[in-house]
Amino acid sequence: MKEEINSQVFDHLVSLAALKLTSQEAEYLRGQMNQQLQVIHEMEQIPIEEELEISSHGVALTPANSSGLREDEIDPLKPKLNLEKIAPDVKDNFIIVPEIPHHKI
Amino acid sequence: MSIVELTALEIVSRVKNKQISAQDVLEAHINQIEAVDGVSGTIGGDNNFEKDKVHSFITKTYDLAKHQASQVDQKIAAGLDPGPMAGVPVTIKDIFCLINTPTTAASRMLANFIAPYTATSIQRWIDAGALIIGKVNLDEFVFGSSNESSAYLPHPRNPWDTSKVPGGSSGGAASAVAAFESPISLGSDTSGSIRLPAAYCGTVGLKPTYGRVSRYGLIAFGSSLDNVGPLSRNVPDAALALSVMAGKDDLDSTSVTLPVPDYLKVIEKDIRGLRIGLSADYLRISVYDQTKGQTIFHDLPEKVKNEVYRTAEILANQGAEIIENVSMPRTKYGIPAYFVISRVEAASNLHRFDGVKYGHRTSSTYHGLTEMYQQSRAEGFGLQPKLRILMGMYVSAAQYSARFYERALKIRTQIRQDFDVAFEKIDLLLTPSTPAPAFEIGGVFGDSIMMQYADQFLVPANHAGLPAISLPSGLDEEGLPLSIHMIANDFREDLLFRAGYTFERSTANEAWRSKKPVVMKGGK
Repeated sequence: MKEEINSQVFDHLVSLAALKLTSQEAEYLRGQMNQQLQVIHEMEQIPIEEELEISSHGVALTPANSSGLREDEIDPLKPKLNLEKIAPDVKDNFIIVPEIPHHKI
Repeated sequence: MSIVELTALEIVSRVKNKQISAQDVLEAHINQIEAVDGVSGTIGGDNNFEKDKVHSFITKTYDLAKHQASQVDQKIAAGLDPGPMAGVPVTIKDIFCLINTPTTAASRMLANFIAPYTATSIQRWIDAGALIIGKVNLDEFVFGSSNESSAYLPHPRNPWDTSKVPGGSSGGAASAVAAFESPISLGSDTSGSIRLPAAYCGTVGLKPTYGRVSRYGLIAFGSSLDNVGPLSRNVPDAALALSVMAGKDDLDSTSVTLPVPDYLKVIEKDIRGLRIGLSADYLRISVYDQTKGQTIFHDLPEKVKNEVYRTAEILANQGAEIIENVSMPRTKYGIPAYFVISRVEAASNLHRFDGVKYGHRTSSTYHGLTEMYQQSRAEGFGLQPKLRILMGMYVSAAQYSARFYERALKIRTQIRQDFDVAFEKIDLLLTPSTPAPAFEIGGVFGDSIMMQYADQFLVPANHAGLPAISLPSGLDEEGLPLSIHMIANDFREDLLFRAGYTFERSTANEAWRSKKPVVMKGGK
């Protein structure tokens, strides 16, 4: 089977996805991805008209069936979220996170 | 007939007429759960433990249900209306938020997450008098078709044969209903995740039209494909459940403003003149052959094909017109397109699980935010979420998005066009639910291609946004449920209910309807 996703591409994806994998996980996942790509390539056999529009979802949301976007008004969250109940590390109603790394661009 | 064998509508009627209290109904169902379910799924649990039990649950909410039952009984005693689902115990797929209750998505990532709000669909059931008896198991983050990917073990087993999968991702919902643990369950369906486990477990499973039911409070997988819907043991109960939870929700901008029909009224209408289509494109199995590098086609197993034709004959005898040779040529591209669209949306929707605001944050040593993300996500997610995230990122990458993602979105347009053309000549499309009945635990798990192709007849309805229903139609020679599937046009759930109820009544006296799953005392 042709391996479109080689180790280098795979490692880059893992980095972008903010994941860390064991070598066993990496082997399984890269294998499954390459197999899935073979199936995905079946789509390339379908003739598609240039002007055919994409569908964001199957049912069209129109003024006849949808209220559209709400007004741009502040609507305070109710009930007010108790951060301490759900966030891992909270102080004075702020979520504590480690320092953001600084990279030279 | 025992209390747990009553339909939801029968429970409501008896509770409202004071023939039975909501608390008695609840107690009967709790006793049933304790008799058949075994241990609930836990992280680090043993999947080989109690192999003869159902294991539907992750979290039981008996105290909540008892409080709700007490409220229903008090309302009745005071002469107040307790609601259209008064006293009905329901189970909830643990992908929905229920306030102050663990909502795990069957994942380590949310093992410590206590939901700060309740999903709209659940709240509407609660307001209608339903009793929330517990959160049931599922494939991790709904990624799967067998419930085997759950981090909470033991995962559910098929009540008809506990060596078989219940299906997924709403496996716990289907097994709970099939095992008489609750008459109704709340599931979600992205490529068949209500309808497939319903088929495997011999229950009714409804995927409403996209937008018919609010997705607020549903942990998202594929936001353009996800649907909220009920599982039940009969069609009228599914109609009841939908009538209560459907309708516009200001908290979900994709929920439609269309009025909700009185489904329980229309369900009684006959089906004379209803045009029911059969398509050769749905009467064969497509499988990707990796050695040949192409999709190949197999015949449907006779027992699966027979159910479709038998159903057509039954409905024709009730006055429906059967129209054969309905062309649906893009059906076979449903799975390939789904591999792209769903993975892109999954990658996007799972970015939020980063260890910062909620969910699992690693306790191991890290240097900086990036390492915290990586470690938390590595520990929190199982293999199936990781696979979807990585695949989604690849096919949506700048250099590939036109080739894969945009192309898949155009194929969705084409799949929708197939249905638009078909529905000019038919009212319902009748198809198999699944290529075969429930498979062996461990038989397919790990093979993501084969697992996904179990959804091949179901996923086109998700692409097109259409409503569809899976109905039990019999038992095979091994005693496993057989089923059929129908798809209707936008917001025509009423037609699904009418045809489904007609089929149900026409087959009411068939021998298989009196059989019970093996987990029931006295079953098989």
